[in-house]
Amino acid sequence: MKRGITFNLSGKEVWIHESLVSSWMVVIVITILALYINKKVKQTDPTEKPKGVVHIVEVLVTGVESLITQVMGSENLHFGPYMLSLGLFLAFANLWGLLGFMPPTADYNVTLALALVTFMLIHVFSFKTKGALGYFKQFGEPIPILLPINILGEIAAPISLSFRLFGNILAGALIMGLVYQGLKNISVFLIPIVAAPLHAYFDVFSGLLQTFIFLMLSMSYIKNNLGE
Amino acid sequence: MLNGISNEAFVMGCSALAAGMAVFTGVGPGIGQGFAAGKAAEAVGRQPEAKGDIIQTMLLGQAVAETTGIYGLVVAMILLFVQPLLASL
Repeated sequence: MKRGITFNLSGKEVWIHESLVSSWMVVIVITILALYINKKVKQTDPTEKPKGVVHIVEVLVTGVESLITQVMGSENLHFGPYMLSLGLFLAFANLWGLLGFMPPTADYNVTLALALVTFMLIHVFSFKTKGALGYFKQFGEPIPILLPINILGEIAAPISLSFRLFGNILAGALIMGLVYQGLKNISVFLIPIVAAPLHAYFDVFSGLLQTFIFLMLSMSYIKNNLGE
Repeated sequence: MLNGISNEAFVMGCSALAAGMAVFTGVGPGIGQGFAAGKAAEAVGRQPEAKGDIIQTMLLGQAVAETTGIYGLVVAMILLFVQPLLASL
């Protein structure tokens, strides 16, 4: 079964996967929100108390900044925009299941892509701050014979990062699907009573927790590989 | 082959059994998470004013401890939905 959008393009069937469609929808929603909030922020008076949506955004930004200062130190605050946009995308993507779609993060391609972005950040910034010699030297620490194990350890980071998110979200989505199937066989009226608390756990709690974990681990991986 | 069982059915049944065994990895993270939660409860009892920090640290540690269980789950999902063993028949 091909889930997503299929259409014919000059006789050939083109299949756009469901996770791609919902990722783009998440991106569009975030972009519209960002444009709206940008307009709002420009209109607000900085001397007054923030209110409404500006207040929520301010809480988010200060939260991410304090998290970064806590984990990475205040000299690394320039990671803030990346971390907040990653967190917003992940939060919206994990909560996408509430609308009745398959969350895009239940596809391994999406989570692997996000983990690879973090992997690139880790190594690019490690290379930049340590220099070429220091960067390659760290794989031979403490003794050069440990080189393969060190490389394996580096490769394991994105894999565990992506599998953790993927497994959690996929398990939640599958359990919700099974619950809906089973309840439909018993009685349709049971669905709102039983499914709502399960949605609260599997989508809202688990999804937001995994977002937080992904951010925290990205931060500490990047921090651990930075040079002096 | 066994009487009355086709090769496909046998492989599918064995895959289902293997998937059940693979999710048994959930026992380890369960014990670990319970242990972490117990320690966090102790810490809150000793120092109630640090509750926020303790909960944050506990959730982070539990989510990392969960990883091995998730690996088992992913293996079970692959066995059930991708069915790599059927391809080698």
